[in-house]
Amino acid sequence: MQSSAILIAAIVNGVLNGAVYALVALGLTLVYGVLHIVNFAHGALLTAALFAALFAYNLLGLDPYLATLLLTPIFFVVGYGLQRFIIGPMSHGEDRNILLITLGIAVVIENALLFAFHSDTRTIDVPYGLAVIDLGIAIVGLPRVVAFVSVIFITLLLWVLLTRTDIGKAIRAVAREKLGAELVGVNVAHVYAVTFGLGAACLGAAACLLIPTYYVNPHVGNAFVLIAFTVVVLGGMGSVLGALLGGLFVGIVESLSGFYFGESLGQLAIFLVFILVLLVRPNGLFGERA
Amino acid sequence: MTARSLLVIVAVVAALSVVPLVVTSNVTLNFLVVALMIALVGQGWNVLGGYGGQYSFGHAAFFGTGAYTTAILQTQYGFNAWIAFTAGIAAGALIGILIGVLAFRSGLKGSYFALLTLAFAEVLRIAASVAPITGAGVGLLIKLDMRPQAFQFVSRATFYWVALALVAISLLTTQIIAQSRFGAWLVAVRENEDAARALGVDAFSVKLIAIAVSASMAAAGGGFYAQYFLYVDAGIAYGTWISIEALLAPIIGGVGTVFGPLLGALVVKAIGEISKLVAGDAPGLDLVIYGAVLVLVVGLAPRGLMGLLAVLRMLLIPSRHGPDLTVKAANG
Amino acid sequence: MDEPLLLVEHISIRFGGLLAVDQASLAVRRGYITALIGPNGAGKTTLFSLIAGFLKPSGGRVFFDGADITREPAHRRARRGMARTFQLVQPFAGLTVHENIAVGSHLRWRARRDALMAAENVAREVGLYNLLGRSAAALTIAERKRLELARALATQPRLMLLDEVLAGLNPSEIRDIIPVIRSICDRGVSILMTEHVMQAVMSLSKHVFVLAQGRVIAQGPPAAVVADPLVVEAYLGRGAAVLPNQADP
Repeated sequence: MQSSAILIAAIVNGVLNGAVYALVALGLTLVYGVLHIVNFAHGALLTAALFAALFAYNLLGLDPYLATLLLTPIFFVVGYGLQRFIIGPMSHGEDRNILLITLGIAVVIENALLFAFHSDTRTIDVPYGLAVIDLGIAIVGLPRVVAFVSVIFITLLLWVLLTRTDIGKAIRAVAREKLGAELVGVNVAHVYAVTFGLGAACLGAAACLLIPTYYVNPHVGNAFVLIAFTVVVLGGMGSVLGALLGGLFVGIVESLSGFYFGESLGQLAIFLVFILVLLVRPNGLFGERA
Repeated sequence: MTARSLLVIVAVVAALSVVPLVVTSNVTLNFLVVALMIALVGQGWNVLGGYGGQYSFGHAAFFGTGAYTTAILQTQYGFNAWIAFTAGIAAGALIGILIGVLAFRSGLKGSYFALLTLAFAEVLRIAASVAPITGAGVGLLIKLDMRPQAFQFVSRATFYWVALALVAISLLTTQIIAQSRFGAWLVAVRENEDAARALGVDAFSVKLIAIAVSASMAAAGGGFYAQYFLYVDAGIAYGTWISIEALLAPIIGGVGTVFGPLLGALVVKAIGEISKLVAGDAPGLDLVIYGAVLVLVVGLAPRGLMGLLAVLRMLLIPSRHGPDLTVKAANG
Repeated sequence: MDEPLLLVEHISIRFGGLLAVDQASLAVRRGYITALIGPNGAGKTTLFSLIAGFLKPSGGRVFFDGADITREPAHRRARRGMARTFQLVQPFAGLTVHENIAVGSHLRWRARRDALMAAENVAREVGLYNLLGRSAAALTIAERKRLELARALATQPRLMLLDEVLAGLNPSEIRDIIPVIRSICDRGVSILMTEHVMQAVMSLSKHVFVLAQGRVIAQGPPAAVVADPLVVEAYLGRGAAVLPNQADP
């Protein structure tokens, strides 16, 4: 039947989109798991990364997939700097202050972009932008598949980093027991900044994976922020696996409700899921205690 | 409420009420009217956030509900403007109670509460941008009818005085709360909810009342907006701009103080005007400055302007203060 | 009347697979200081949280002055006259000592002025009068413990649950605070206290319950309980009850 083929395509697309949501959420959940803060600047940073990818392409002629190699480290540095030199010192350790400061940073970034580039929506045209792959059960865009595979790869990389390297061990130590880690000589401020940097680096990568098929304007980050939050709350704050599975789930929900109800209501559905999860199980399915 | 604190409020309001007699420029009056409106919404935020310690990032939900209710009841159902306005306040309070019941039953606080309020505001914005009753993408226009019965006035000064009256009510309400048992309980819940419960405080009810009062004030601001500008749409009513200004005003002015939001609102609007002078009407610059100011105030002057004034007063007038409920946020 | 002020009947709570409190029963008589002792991890604070209404039991009942309060939330129990202090002190850090205590007195006084006045009196009783204007965040541990006492006292309780109120105090601070506790009891307030400091338990309490692994394993006057071989074993391990006269660990 025609509609079931479209339905399957919607689900497959949902899964593929979900992978990118998962990557965005990964940065968020990492920061929460270690610093125990909700980074309200996450969406704005993604928007900034998208603009950066845009300019890498337009000004430097860099193919987005190549730009990943450039933007990921750049955004790591940006994230590191933000946490080390602004959020950390300005918040005096108070949770309420961190809320406000990350909000302030979000407002600054988003509106600086708005001021500089206006509300115009821009896209890029890469030769493979419209290429498709036949997966058997559905035909999907090539960039989406590349994004999916890349996300799996990046997640594995992150997992290796967290479990096999020294800094990864330090990060996990601080996440579990900050005071103890401090007592054994871990530089907590540095670890926090590295974690934040990793979160931002995820965004740098995600932007490059998104830009072949997505549009860019200063408000795009907002659309992703709540989706990322929904993923994180669903999958559990601090859980990498949860971010992955949550991302896929949200991707499917969005795709299906867009399919049945249209785009705006699709967005609405996400928010409602978000609110529901917040109220019923803020720990998420895999996460630590709220 | 002590006689002294009542006197201070009366004095401030009296001084402010003279302004339209002295200032005749419409531009300045407009600036002041909008500043007063922001002060009203910010005062609402302050009751829940400053005194209650629950930071809402979605106060637009209440502001917008007040604005839309006021507009819809007039334009679609022919209600009298003042009745619509009052209904708008009630509607805002109801939304506040709804969010409060959901959030506080689940024990949400801190970031989670902020997220929830953000989500609700967004849900309402999206719904309003597609629903026919709110005019969907086009918005709602209130018919021009410059009569007092229609809550519209020929002279801007009258709007100013109405706004001032609303702000005065919010100041009195806040001061009464600050010096009452309810206020002591609210602040206790903010500082340490478990300890408060152990002392007999019904934390759930206290927070619920706080959010209802907070939402009412914000909704009043929204209803006033509708009457002053005669146009409402989803981005105006439920947009992030008002959620930001609602929290920025009290934070700049001083969270958890009676006059903080009023002071802060004037500063916020002044910043907005200056940025317009510098960069023209290009959207975004004012918010960039707001964001930067937010970070700077939180980092460098967490008690805001009222905090700085208090420090000055302590340095210049060494006197013994009695216990004072108008106390700052937990970080001090 | 000889009916106990507080009666806890076979109360249990389960956390996941673990039975943290297992059918514990105890009674607090009016006008006395009753102690709850036991080795670390025995479940004393959990039991306190159950009695005060901060945790929901998976079984059993709690009676206060004859009334079944098992389902009542914490704040309702406080209004009935059951006050508790916390093992890890929980001051209202942003408020002064005076304002802290006033939160407690507001339970009985509606007007701000009255609550503040009552708070002042309580502060005087507990020895905090000179610190009324001090921010609670700036107090020493010993002062914070007194603040916990004062706040709870301000609610005019009939029963005070003191959760290791002596923990973290040095010997001279303990010596100073014991008469305060005794004077509270002399006023007619019944007390249930958990404590590790044995000298305080011996000198203050009339009746002792011993909790080990969530179960009440002994009860009685302090001297008898402390000599009970079961109790000694619970603290020192199996076989330690060889010398039955070791009263002070």
